[in-house]
Amino acid sequence: MKAKLLGTLATSLVLAASVAVPALAGPKEGGRANVVIQPEPPGIMTGIVQNAPAQMVGGNIFESLLRFDTELKPHPQLATSWEISPDGLTYTFKLHPGVKWHDGKPFTSADVVFSADKFLRETNPRTRASLAHVETITAPDDLTVVFKLKETFGPFIRMFEAGTLPMVPKHIYEGTDFKTNPANNTPIGTGPFKFAEWVKGSHIRLVKNPDYYEKGLPHLDEIYWHVIPDAAARSVAFETGKIDILPGGSVENFDVARLAKTKNACITDKGWEFFAPQAWLWFNHRQGVTADARFRKAVSYAIDRKFAHEALWNGMGKVSTGPFADSTAFRDESALVKYDYDPAKAKALLKEMGYKGEVIRFPYMPYGETWQRWAEAIKQNLEDVGIKVELIATDVAGWNKKMGDWDFDISTTYLYQYGDPALGVSRAYVSTNIAKGSPFNNVGGYANPEVDKLFAEGATAFPDSARQKAYSAVQKKLSEDAVYAWLIDLKFPTITHCNVKNLITTGIGVNDGFKEAWIE
Amino acid sequence: MQTLWFLSSRLVKGILVVLAIVVLDFFLIHFAPGDPAAVMAGESGATDEIFLQQLRVKFGLDQPLMTQLGLYLWGVVRLDLGYSYRQQMPVLDLVMDRLPATLILTGAAFVFSLVIGVAAGAWAAANKDRPLDRAITTISLIFYATPLFWMALMSVLVFSVWLDWLPGFGFEEVGNTDNVFERVLDVSRHLVLPAVTLGLFFTAVYVRMTRSSMIETARMDFVKTARAKGLTEGVILRRHVLRNAVLPVVTLAGLQAGQMVGGAVMTETVFAWPGIGRLMYEALLQRDYNLLLGVFLVSAAMVVVFNILTDWVYRLVDPRIEVAR
Repeated sequence: MKAKLLGTLATSLVLAASVAVPALAGPKEGGRANVVIQPEPPGIMTGIVQNAPAQMVGGNIFESLLRFDTELKPHPQLATSWEISPDGLTYTFKLHPGVKWHDGKPFTSADVVFSADKFLRETNPRTRASLAHVETITAPDDLTVVFKLKETFGPFIRMFEAGTLPMVPKHIYEGTDFKTNPANNTPIGTGPFKFAEWVKGSHIRLVKNPDYYEKGLPHLDEIYWHVIPDAAARSVAFETGKIDILPGGSVENFDVARLAKTKNACITDKGWEFFAPQAWLWFNHRQGVTADARFRKAVSYAIDRKFAHEALWNGMGKVSTGPFADSTAFRDESALVKYDYDPAKAKALLKEMGYKGEVIRFPYMPYGETWQRWAEAIKQNLEDVGIKVELIATDVAGWNKKMGDWDFDISTTYLYQYGDPALGVSRAYVSTNIAKGSPFNNVGGYANPEVDKLFAEGATAFPDSARQKAYSAVQKKLSEDAVYAWLIDLKFPTITHCNVKNLITTGIGVNDGFKEAWIE
Repeated sequence: MQTLWFLSSRLVKGILVVLAIVVLDFFLIHFAPGDPAAVMAGESGATDEIFLQQLRVKFGLDQPLMTQLGLYLWGVVRLDLGYSYRQQMPVLDLVMDRLPATLILTGAAFVFSLVIGVAAGAWAAANKDRPLDRAITTISLIFYATPLFWMALMSVLVFSVWLDWLPGFGFEEVGNTDNVFERVLDVSRHLVLPAVTLGLFFTAVYVRMTRSSMIETARMDFVKTARAKGLTEGVILRRHVLRNAVLPVVTLAGLQAGQMVGGAVMTETVFAWPGIGRLMYEALLQRDYNLLLGVFLVSAAMVVVFNILTDWVYRLVDPRIEVAR
């Protein structure tokens, strides 16, 4: 039965692959896309609100200088070309001429300088961290911007993506309190769609930008984002044809195989390459048996990742073998110590360390049914080798608190790696990122000066071959120490009706706007 | 004069009750683990200490708890229920935005359950121990015992997915029409499944209560007198039995009406109905303190108001009841 379901999914994936290729007849103009948005975001001004649903809607309104394909190679967006100086310290961007904000004012290099140097430094923690490497941002003329770095910073070019460095209008925000500016509720960007209305609790409506600078785009007339809070109701809305697009994570994983078999359903796992979400099991390195590397290795051997990958994740994504996700740059398979499913090895390690049946507290991530079932599967795996586990149920706020207070022994989690170890991997491992009270740093408390040094080297080394050397060494060290139990390099299925074409065209997926999408 | 005294004393007591509820809720909510800043920061996918602190300062969470309570109560007195951290709107605006949808849903469910419940209960009582009575009693027992969420999902499956008769989610077909009549029709179609689902439980309660109350009343001496006077069974049932038997139903209806404004969390969530219940549920998960308190306050106030109204209706239904002082 499982093989049959996976077969159906595989067929659907093949079908979906064709989605990215425009049909010979050419795109059909007009029409409306009905999409699910869950949860309803607090706002869609992505310079202020960075959660996933905000980015999904805001990606149609706001743009950055570049886009990234599934290989994470940069492509022009608001910048037509860019140059990196031989020493890796100066990035010069030439902007697209004739671009207008949705209110008709021209977009210029002054907007880029304002967005990066003022606005996002204040509002976006992720952008702020990367901009710490920047010395000056200047605009020699209206269509040129120059970023001068203090030191080389390998992933710098990857910042210029709509979610990380969205361009915001200087003429609207300069001199105001960015977070309370009324324009946050009626956002103005340069993107292919304009904001039309937001009926809280019901829907958000975007309409085609007729003055969009890329001729012939977008194809759709409008997009409706429907707020449907119940996962089962979202499935039904898709089945009954009220919804055309279910972005990744809209429905529970156990419903995916069934929906994939419904009439006119296409499914793809593309569009997560840039974010590269990886799921792993935190260990609390500060206390108890989880501080012992032998115990961590035993747990790593005891978990049947292949089962979870097939049964809980419908075979999407890949089983993790190390701390760098599959599509993250500088991943080096040859450097890794691997922990394949081997309960006998786990038992031997537990015996060697003298594990006496201490109960392991496991407040699992409360992100829905799939994560709960996964926690139950892990508990069963661990109990099979003799480890006693107490599952602790929480809600999101309670879980954040427990993790921030280090009140756990093990816990599931996942984080985006943003394509580069300096952007999304090091934060979970370096000792400088340990701080009580925050649930989003190195909450496991792993501290190793050698690892700190290698991550620092990897971030600023130049050229890439030097970065690779540091990152290969860090992967070796982290896997030797079994710092955490890496589980699955996740990919979330985007389910659409098959008449929705060309929806996902980049490594950023549905967050990169629907400008090339059309409905047959 | 007596009426005026009744109303003013009830109002003062009501205001005190609502304030006590607000204070209690305030502490309960703040004792739940986690805070809204961490939830919002978590949703951002990445954060740092500066960002968390910015959020806490913005929401006033860096102030001592008693200061926060004082500021909140001072706001309530001025009818300012604060600002929703998560929804980025004033709480009062949010509650007022969602109130109409909730009132339409719960009002429809209320009328549906009351009319069908009392009618079916009276019908069952008039046919006591006959097959019709047994059928009505059994069906109402099934509705009484079935979990609401299951009923909601099944009704969507049958009427929306299989039969395609009625829409399964939302308040209306968005962006389809600007014609008022067509919109009313559209909202009505969307209303059927959630209102009936929500109303079925109370329908069952009214059926059982009306039936037993009528059977008990029918044994009273004044009914025998009416029958001796030569009145027809229909008149006896309608004018004498039903009117006297309806008092417990009024009590229950008062309770249901009070809960109406609190919304129907489960129904609104399953049917994506943009009402207060859903707002409350989301606010709870996101630890959106101000919003949660605002919804609680409005609900508590409405329960108090409906309690006063229920007492008032008692007098109309049965003039023998004196107004309590």
